[in-house]
Amino acid sequence: MAGVSRPSSPTPRVSDLSRKSITGSLARKQMQSRMREHGARAIRLVSLPLLCFAAVSAAPIAWADGPQSSPSIFAPASTPASSIQDLSWFVLAITGGIFVTVGGLLAWAIFRYRARKTDDDSEPAQIYGSTQVELAWTVIPILIVVVLFLTTARIIFAIQDAPKPQVALDVTVVGHQFWWEFRYPKLGIVTANELHVPVSSALEPRPTFLHLLSADVDHSFWVPQLAGKTDLIPNHPNDMWIDPRHTGLYVGQCAQFCGVEHAKMLLRVYVDTPEEFDTWVKQQRQPGMQDSSVAAGRHIFETEACTNCHTIAGTAATGTFGPNLTHLESRATIAAGAALNTTENLHAWIQDPDHFKPGALMPAMQLSGEQIDELVAYLTTLH
Amino acid sequence: MADQTLPIAGSLDVTPQRLSRAQVLEWLHGWVVTVDHKRLGILYVVYGIIFLLVAGAEAMAIRIQLAWPGMHFLSPELYNEMFTMHGTTMVFLVGMTILFGFANYLVPLMIGARDMAFPRLNAFSFWMTAFGGLLIYYSFIGGFGLYGMGAAPDVGWWAYAPLTARAFSPGHATDYWALALIVAGFGTLGTAINIIATALSMRCRGMSLLRMPLFVWLMLVTSALTLITITPLTAAQIMLLIDRYLGGHFFDTQAGGSAVVWMHFFWIFGHPEVYVLVMPAFGIANEIIPVFSRKAIFGYPAMVAASVGIAFVSMGVWAHHMFTVGMTSVGNAFFVLSTMLVGIPTGIKIFNWVATIWGGKIRFATPMLFCLGFLFQFLIAGLTGIMLSVAPWNWQLHNSYFVIAHFHYVLVGAIVFNIFAGIYYWYPKVTGRMLSETLGKWHFWLFLIGFHITFDTMHFVGFLGMPRSIYTYEPDRGWNHLNFIISIGGMIQGIAVLIFAWNLVQSYFRGRKAGNDPWDAWTLEWSTPSPPPAYNFATDPVVHSRRPLWDLKHPEDPDWKYEA
Amino acid sequence: MSAIPISPVAEPWRLPSRGRVAMLALITGESAIFTIFVVAYIFYIGKSLTGPTPLQVLDIPWFNTICLLSSSVSILIAERQIERGKMRGFMMWWALTIALGMIFIGGTAVEWHKLIYVDGLTIRTNLFGTTFYSLVGLHATHVVVGLIGLSLILIFTLTGHVKEQHSERIQVFALYWHFVDAVWVVVFTVVYIVGR
Repeated sequence: MAGVSRPSSPTPRVSDLSRKSITGSLARKQMQSRMREHGARAIRLVSLPLLCFAAVSAAPIAWADGPQSSPSIFAPASTPASSIQDLSWFVLAITGGIFVTVGGLLAWAIFRYRARKTDDDSEPAQIYGSTQVELAWTVIPILIVVVLFLTTARIIFAIQDAPKPQVALDVTVVGHQFWWEFRYPKLGIVTANELHVPVSSALEPRPTFLHLLSADVDHSFWVPQLAGKTDLIPNHPNDMWIDPRHTGLYVGQCAQFCGVEHAKMLLRVYVDTPEEFDTWVKQQRQPGMQDSSVAAGRHIFETEACTNCHTIAGTAATGTFGPNLTHLESRATIAAGAALNTTENLHAWIQDPDHFKPGALMPAMQLSGEQIDELVAYLTTLH
Repeated sequence: MADQTLPIAGSLDVTPQRLSRAQVLEWLHGWVVTVDHKRLGILYVVYGIIFLLVAGAEAMAIRIQLAWPGMHFLSPELYNEMFTMHGTTMVFLVGMTILFGFANYLVPLMIGARDMAFPRLNAFSFWMTAFGGLLIYYSFIGGFGLYGMGAAPDVGWWAYAPLTARAFSPGHATDYWALALIVAGFGTLGTAINIIATALSMRCRGMSLLRMPLFVWLMLVTSALTLITITPLTAAQIMLLIDRYLGGHFFDTQAGGSAVVWMHFFWIFGHPEVYVLVMPAFGIANEIIPVFSRKAIFGYPAMVAASVGIAFVSMGVWAHHMFTVGMTSVGNAFFVLSTMLVGIPTGIKIFNWVATIWGGKIRFATPMLFCLGFLFQFLIAGLTGIMLSVAPWNWQLHNSYFVIAHFHYVLVGAIVFNIFAGIYYWYPKVTGRMLSETLGKWHFWLFLIGFHITFDTMHFVGFLGMPRSIYTYEPDRGWNHLNFIISIGGMIQGIAVLIFAWNLVQSYFRGRKAGNDPWDAWTLEWSTPSPPPAYNFATDPVVHSRRPLWDLKHPEDPDWKYEA
Repeated sequence: MSAIPISPVAEPWRLPSRGRVAMLALITGESAIFTIFVVAYIFYIGKSLTGPTPLQVLDIPWFNTICLLSSSVSILIAERQIERGKMRGFMMWWALTIALGMIFIGGTAVEWHKLIYVDGLTIRTNLFGTTFYSLVGLHATHVVVGLIGLSLILIFTLTGHVKEQHSERIQVFALYWHFVDAVWVVVFTVVYIVGR
């Protein structure tokens, strides 16, 4: 097929240049003049991405919806998280300095050494290298690495090898697909998804040491405001600790992809005052509420295979595949945070877990509407 | 009818007016059975660009789903397939193919050789890789899948055990992942062996190792690294298949096996792999930046040493992907140090590039624009890498969107930018036509803006605690607007890439004729016609310096007078 | 198009042989695969939760090992023979190499038969079973591939296609066989000495 040729443009085409000698000064001049036009436009436009970058950097801080609800790593409320934040400011300062220096030199070089219209067609001085310069910019980075490494190593040892004080609270965390089991071995408590810990302080330290296990696949415990994350790996127990200094609710979620509903394996950590914590512990150690008005619902629970997976202390239900429901009503959410703990949501969840969490391992139990009503009436008494 | 233009009067012209079916089939056949390194290079790159569009579409699907909390654009199952396939495709079917495709095309030309050392192995390797890619995509329709959503891999591109065990991933998704990559891996191995043999055994007279173009050096180092990088992954995948099908217990935690062992094996592959991807990109920059600064590369021996250094040190840093796994404090500290050390030769390269530009006469053609973008972005990527190497900070940032931002800064900001630069630079050589500068500028600026909107913002949503691999997120954590901005940037990048694809196609038919040497460059490939004939060089070249064409163009001032 | 002039160069231009370079590269890659399997083997020593232990069921395969390592000697002799153009000698020593390799494979088969049917050790029995069969099996697979290549070359020699000028290629192929033997030294030490 014969190609259709475009009408020639007024500026010389590259193919014209190739027919001349490749060292032709005329050829290079014509090529360079076109490049210079582009260069000038490029300089005028280079301010645009810089502005974009500045805007985008500023935007997130302005646009983040409510800092107090963001589990930001820069809003630490506990010792390991705040040591990490201090270290991170130091690292940011160094890397920021490197960025400004090197980036500045690069930007300056692009501006200062751009080809200009007024240039002749000679090639610039060819500089092949310089041993002194190479040495200088090898040694300086090595020194920076030494400083960074020593600073980092100190914090690694401080956090990872911190001794466990006598007053520390022990919690065993068992990761499941797709929910969290929390056991307090010395207090005889088993609960799920919402962790209560006492607040600590410099004068009266009371850290919580978490022993991390997994019942199935890899998970990761991450509540950014309290500590860095540590993985829960089957057959590989891990330990971490938190030392929360401010009461409140801190949110997080599983941070190691663990399957279909990884996104809905949420964490809520309540840092309580000592009194609140003691109250909570006392309540959790009680067996399940025995309200006779909801005996029908309890009967459904005990006979419709719920007991295969769930435990309610004080009843015949001792299943451990699913969360412990003894004090279900002490929790703000169900399904590891996938929904708020309300009567409607409980009803919908039991009717069809896939509604909130498609792929959750709880099967739909094929109960009738009335059965679920009675069951929910029972479950909502489990304070 | 006699054709008056023929030199022999009265001879018959029987050229058919239109292409016949036989001619088309013959043309296709030629491409299928070719062993010509140039054709195979083109096949690799075209294959890679097609999968770039596919994986890009997967990314767009992800970003639509995440643009706002609670979106139902993708089901959780499909979302998990999307991010797994996006990562796997981009690494193996886009990055490896395009970069090894560049190597295939350019290495023989740059060293004055007629072809690669083993042309038939070359063809075999390409078709193995191609088949691996088709196999993994077949998974969308073939095989028995979990939840009936087809059987595309959905375990993350890192496929951690024991999620990949039969117990937790029934169906064939994981098998497609392992098998397809084993097959593609053999292809990669073959090409790596070929490049090493070519670079060492096929150089033209006078081209000592220290006179090879830096692109060839980097492909040599990359290929050597590939030999010991891809193979651990192959080994681990064989172990995984033994577990899944023969009842093995390599990663079976219930039988005493270790999930952490999979992580070690995977990252012993996975970390050097990113250097396998980035070093060819460095090679491309090493060719383009000097030409458009009109200066020789500053510090050629240092660049060679730094590349070799990076390859060596990169083999000792893998566990920086595992800081949260529960290694000892001493183990963590070791990997902090090794990771920081790998930043030193990398930094040296950046400084040498700046020194190359310094004192030059910079021309802002499209290839150079992409390389300048690369320089800034790679600087930032290296610095966020330093941040991630600080283990305690890593305990916060690991598996968050900060990590995704960092590695996309490297993979897109450095590697894809250099791939674009390389395509704009060498397209004239491959096709004989220039790509449109106007469309190129549109492509560059739109892609740059979209890239920064997306990936700059992504760092911040990571700081705010958003983990990766989640198909949706809670609306009350402050991530909503940031995710929306990220998604908008993704759309802009998509448009830019479509402009690029259009540029590729339309320039092939209507681009300006390029000639041998449209950029006034200095390496041997620019001494051949565009496109080069099948035999590359009519006579074997002889070189006396690193820039043979500079010597020819400047006989009064040749390089060999000054080179160390 | 400007031709680059051929200058009168005095000294010869020597480059390494591409076959040798490629085979060494292949060996490097294969070594990495074996390293991963060896590391897994070593890591899991003593970690099986059940089942037979190495000490209980493994007999040290002295005879097999001597055969395989001798085959490296015989192939070396064959390489020297073809270098000197002694095709008959080459064929004999080459055939001996194949025979020794086949004895090795046969011996492995006998060993595995005993392990599976007498000791009840399979790849799924425990960690030892998994790592043992994987590592030794991977090596045996490489031996089989080598034997196929050796046999093909023998056939080509018998039909007169392999001549003295192919001695370089024979040496390149022999590199693979030497590699397989070297791997056996490592596997033997790890499985039968260290791991028992």
